[in-house]
Amino acid sequence: MTEWPILSIITFLPAVGALFILLIRGEKEVADRNARHVALLTTVVTFLASLSLWFGFDKTTADFQFVEKASWLEGTINYHMGVDGISVLLVLLTTFLMPICILSSFDAVKNRVKEYMLAFLLLETLMIGVFCALDLVLFYLFFEGGLIPMFLIIGVWGGQRKIYAAFKLFLYTLLGSVLMLLAMLYMYYVAGTTDIPTLLSYRFDADVQTWLWLAFFASFAVKMPMWPVHTWLPDAHVEAPTAGSVILAGVLLKMGGYGFLRFSLPMFPVASVELAPMVFTLSCIAVVYTSLVALMQKDMKKLIAYSSVAHMGFVTLGIFAANTQGIEGAIMVMLAHGLVSGALFLCVGVIYDRMHTREIERYGGLVNRMPKYALFFLFFTMASVGLPGTANFVGEILVLAGIFKVSTWAAFFATTGIILGAAYMLWLYRRVVFGELTKEDLKSILDLDKREVWIFAPLVVLTLWMGIYPASFMDFMHISVDNLVQQHQAATAAVHVTAAR
Amino acid sequence: MFHAIVFLPLLGSIIAGFFGHAIGKRGAQLITSSFLVISALLSMVAFYNIALGHGVVHVEVLPWIKSGDFELSWAFKVDTLTAVMLVVVTGVSSLVHIYSIGYMSHDPHVQRFMAYLSLFTFAMLMLVTADNFIQMFFGWEGVGLASYLLIGFWYKKPTACAAAIKAFVVNRVGDFGFALGIFAIFMVFGTLEFDAVFARVSEFEGQSFVFLGQEFDIITTICLLLFVGAMGKSAQLGLHTWLPDAMEGPTPVSALIHAATMVTAGVFMVARCSYLFEYSPLALDVVAIVGASTAFFAATIGLTQNDIKRVIAYSTCSQLGYMFFALGVSAYGAGVFHLFTHAFFKALLFLGAGSVIHAMSDEQDMRKMGGVWKMIPQTYVVMLIGTLALTGFPLLSGFFSKDMVIEAAYAAHTEVGQYAFWMGIVAAFFTAFYSWRLVFMTFHGAPRASASVMKHVHESPAVMTVPLFILALGAIFAGGVFAESFIGHHYADFWGSALFLRGDNVLEAAHHVPGWVKALPIVMGALGLLLAWLFYIRHPEIPGQIARSQAPLYNFLLNKWYVDELYDFLFVRPAKWVGYQLWQRGDLGIIDRYGPDGISATVVAAARKLRAVQTGYLYHYAFVMLIGVAGLATWFMVSGS
Repeated sequence: MTEWPILSIITFLPAVGALFILLIRGEKEVADRNARHVALLTTVVTFLASLSLWFGFDKTTADFQFVEKASWLEGTINYHMGVDGISVLLVLLTTFLMPICILSSFDAVKNRVKEYMLAFLLLETLMIGVFCALDLVLFYLFFEGGLIPMFLIIGVWGGQRKIYAAFKLFLYTLLGSVLMLLAMLYMYYVAGTTDIPTLLSYRFDADVQTWLWLAFFASFAVKMPMWPVHTWLPDAHVEAPTAGSVILAGVLLKMGGYGFLRFSLPMFPVASVELAPMVFTLSCIAVVYTSLVALMQKDMKKLIAYSSVAHMGFVTLGIFAANTQGIEGAIMVMLAHGLVSGALFLCVGVIYDRMHTREIERYGGLVNRMPKYALFFLFFTMASVGLPGTANFVGEILVLAGIFKVSTWAAFFATTGIILGAAYMLWLYRRVVFGELTKEDLKSILDLDKREVWIFAPLVVLTLWMGIYPASFMDFMHISVDNLVQQHQAATAAVHVTAAR
Repeated sequence: MFHAIVFLPLLGSIIAGFFGHAIGKRGAQLITSSFLVISALLSMVAFYNIALGHGVVHVEVLPWIKSGDFELSWAFKVDTLTAVMLVVVTGVSSLVHIYSIGYMSHDPHVQRFMAYLSLFTFAMLMLVTADNFIQMFFGWEGVGLASYLLIGFWYKKPTACAAAIKAFVVNRVGDFGFALGIFAIFMVFGTLEFDAVFARVSEFEGQSFVFLGQEFDIITTICLLLFVGAMGKSAQLGLHTWLPDAMEGPTPVSALIHAATMVTAGVFMVARCSYLFEYSPLALDVVAIVGASTAFFAATIGLTQNDIKRVIAYSTCSQLGYMFFALGVSAYGAGVFHLFTHAFFKALLFLGAGSVIHAMSDEQDMRKMGGVWKMIPQTYVVMLIGTLALTGFPLLSGFFSKDMVIEAAYAAHTEVGQYAFWMGIVAAFFTAFYSWRLVFMTFHGAPRASASVMKHVHESPAVMTVPLFILALGAIFAGGVFAESFIGHHYADFWGSALFLRGDNVLEAAHHVPGWVKALPIVMGALGLLLAWLFYIRHPEIPGQIARSQAPLYNFLLNKWYVDELYDFLFVRPAKWVGYQLWQRGDLGIIDRYGPDGISATVVAAARKLRAVQTGYLYHYAFVMLIGVAGLATWFMVSGS
C-alpha cells in the first residue's frame, strides 16, 4: 500500500523512544515521570502504527508483505523484513501488550525507572524484529538480543532470587541457541544464503534435516518451554517484575512456537514428520506433568507459570499435527495465551503491589473488599481454563480437533488438561478470592483503581472478541497456513515416493 | 423471535450485573424477571408454531470458527425437541426469577444473583438451540460456569466454595469424554453440524477406526464418549457426586439448575443424537444400564438422608436415571416426556422446600422440622401435589411419564430392558418411601424445632407462592394434556424429524403391556406411602431401631455408598501427591539438580561473592553478551566476504 517502510518504523520506533529516555535529565522525580510518559507514548504510537498492518494486510496471498530489503554486509546478508499471516498477528500482539506493560509498571517500579523503561523499549524493538526478520542472521540477532533486556529486567528489577533466575534463564537459552547457531551456519554453508524465503523453498537432504531440526529444536524447545527444559520459566516468572512476566508469557514464549512454524516445519518437513511422535510425547507429558505440579504450587506466579507450560504443550501439539486445524489452533492458543496469561500475571501484580507477597496462603476472601478485581480475575481464570466464548477455547478446540486426526493418544492425554486445568485454576481462585476475609492486613486492601481497570478492559474485550468472532483474526492466517500445510504435505509425500522406489 | 428468546436473558444479565448499582435491587429484579417472562411467552409461541405446527427453523446468527473444513456458525436449530426445551427452560426460569425476588430479598447481593440466574438461562438456551456440537458445547460449559457461580454464591461458606469447584471439575471429567467424542465426529464426518452429521451416520454403520491403539466401532465409540459427557452433566452413576453437594447453592438455584434444566442437558443431548445412538445398540444398552442403575442407586441413598434438599437432589439423580433408561430402550419420547413433567414437579418440590426452609429460619435438617403443616398450608398443599406427581399418583403428570418409561423398558423385551424395568420398579417403591418420608418428617408429627424457630414459622409472600401454584398446575396437568403428543398417537406428528427411530416404536408396544406391568408402579407407589406412614407417623420409633440393628447398611447408605471417600482416595489425594512429587523430585530433584543447577553451581557461587555489586555485575555480564553478539556479526562479515 504505502511506500513507507512500515515494518522498520514499527520495529525501531521503540528504540527511538529509548534514545529519548536516554536523553532525559533532571531531578529523579521529574525524570522518572518523564521516562514513564515517554515510554507510554512511544508504545502507544507504535501500537497505532502497527494498526496499519491490521488494516493494510492483504488476506488473499500467502506471500510475505510489507517487504523491505536492503543490502547489508556486502550483499551476503540482507536486511530483509516482511510479515505473512503467521507472523503479523504476533507483531500486533506485541505492540498491543507493550502499552499495557508500561502502564502497569507506573506505580510498581520505583527504582531505576529510566533504565527500566529503556530496557522495555529495547525489548520491544527486538521482539518485533524477531517476527519480522526474513534473514537468518537478522532473526538470530533479534532472537538472541531479546535475551539481554529480559535478563536485565529479571536480574535488576526482580525479586529475592533474581540472580539465580536470571542465570537459569540465560544458561538454558544459551545452550539452545549455540546449537541453533551452528545449524544456521551449516544452512548457510549448504544453501549459500541466509534469506528465509529462499531457504523455505530449499530442500535439505533428509538425513541432514534431522540434525538441523534437532538443533533448532534445542533452541525453540527451551523458549517454548517444553518439558523437560521448562524449569527456568517458573523461576524467571516468579522473580520477574509484573510487566516482565507479562511480556515473558505474552510474547517471549511465542518465539519458540513461531520458530517452529517458520523454520522447523517448512524447512525440515521430513524431520518434522519423523520426530513428531517425540514432540507429541513431550507435549503430553508437559500437559499432564505441569498441570499436576501446578496443582501443588504455593506461589501464585509459579502456578500460572506452570500452567503456561501446559498451554504451550497445546501449541507444539497443534504445530506438529501439521494440519490446518492444528496450526491455526496453535496460533490462536499463542495469541490467546498471550492475552490471558499476561492478564493473569497482571492480576497477581495487582495484589502483589498492595501486599508484597505472592503466597497463596496469605490471601483469601478478597472478593469482600475487591469485587471489581474478583470479576476480572474470574474472567481470566475462566478464559485460562478454556471456557467457550473466550479466545483460548477456539485455539484449544482446533488444536485438539487437529491432533485427534493424527494421534488419538496425544488428543486423549492433552484433553485431560481440561480437567486438571480447571482443578488448579479454580482452586487458586477459591483460595485467593473466595472465603471470609480474615487476615488482618487484608482488611484495608483497596479495589482496582481507574488505571488498573483500563489496563484490564482491553484485554477482556480482545479475549471475548477472539472467542466470539475469531474470524477477524483467523482470516489473517488462512492462506498462509493453507500454503504451509500444502507445502508440508507435498514435501513429505515426495519423500515417501522416493523411499518407496 | 428466536434472537429475543435467547438474547433477552443475556441482556438482562448484563444490565443487572454491570449496572446493578445504578438500577438497584428492585431494578435488577424487575428487569431480569420481565425479560425472562417475555422470553417465556415467546417460547410458548415458538412451541405452538413448531411443535404443534410443523417444520424446523434454522436461524443463522454469526459465523464463528472457520479453519479449513472445520466450519461453524452461531446458529439456532429449533425443532420440536428444542421447542420443548425452550418452554421448560424459560418457563421454569421465569418462575424461579420471580420466586427469587421473595426468597433472596434479604440478601445483600441480589443484583449479582439475578445476573447469574439470567446468565445461566442464556447459556442453557444456547445449549438447546445449538445447531452444531461446538455451540452445544458452548452452552454446556456456559451452564457449568453459571452453576459454579451459583453454587458458590455464598462464597464465604467454605463448603459452598468446595461444592462449586467439585461441580465444575467433575463436570469437566464428563466434558473430557464429550470433547473427545466431538473430535471423533469431526475426524469421521468432517463436519460438526447436527444435520450434516446425522444425514451420514448410516454410511459408517459397522465400520471401525483406530482409537487409542485399538480397533473400535466408530458409531459406538462416538456415542459412548458423548455419553460420558451426558453422565457428567446429568449426574449419572460415577459422576453424580457433585449434584448433592451442589445443594450448597441457594434453593431457587437448586430448583432451576439442579432439577429442572441443566441436569437434564445430558438427556437432551442423547435425545438430540438419537440419529447416532440408534446405530449403536451397544451404546444404547450402556445408556439403559447406567440409567437404571442410577435410578436405583440414588433412590437408596435418598432413603436415609436428613437434609431436605439432599433428599430431593438424590431424587433428581434417580429420576434422571429413569430418563436415561427410557432413552436406552429407544423410548426417546418417553424420556423427554419425563424430562418435561419432571421439570414441573421437581422445581415445585425444590421451591416448596425453599419455602419451608424460609419459614423455618433457614433450617434444612428434617430432624429439626415437623408439625408445621397448619402454619404453612399453601406450601404444604403444593408439596403434596409435587410428591403425588413424583410418586406417580394416577392422572398427575408423573403418572403418565414415569409409568410410560417403566412400561417401555418392559416392552423392549430385551435383557437390558428387563433389568431397567425391575430397577425402575424397585426405585419407584423407594421414591414413594423417601418422598412421603420427606413430607411426614417436614410437616407432620410433633414439632422438633426450637420454640423460637416455631414462633417465626410463617407462610411465604405471594411473590413466592404464586410461582408455586403455577408449577403445581403444571405438575397436575402437564402429563395428561401432552401425553398424546409426546408418547401417544400424535407421536410422529409431534416430533417430526427431531427424534429418530430405526426399529419399531417401543412406545407403541408399551401401550400393550400386560395389566400387571401397568399396575405395578402404582402399587409400588402405594406401598411406599404406606411404609412411610407406618415408619414416620404410626410408629416413629421404628426407623431408629432399624438404623441401629442394621447399622452397617444404614451407614453405607447414609454415607452415600462412600463414593466421595473412594474418589478422594483414588483420585484427589494421588493427584496431589503425584503433583508434589513431580515438582519436588522431578523438577527440583532431577531436572534442575543435574541440569542448570549443576552447570551453574559455580557461577552462582561466584555471584554470591559478588552480591554487593550484583547489579553492576549484571551490567558487565550484559556487556559481555553484547560483545558476543557483535562478535557473531563480525564473524559473518568476515566469512561472508
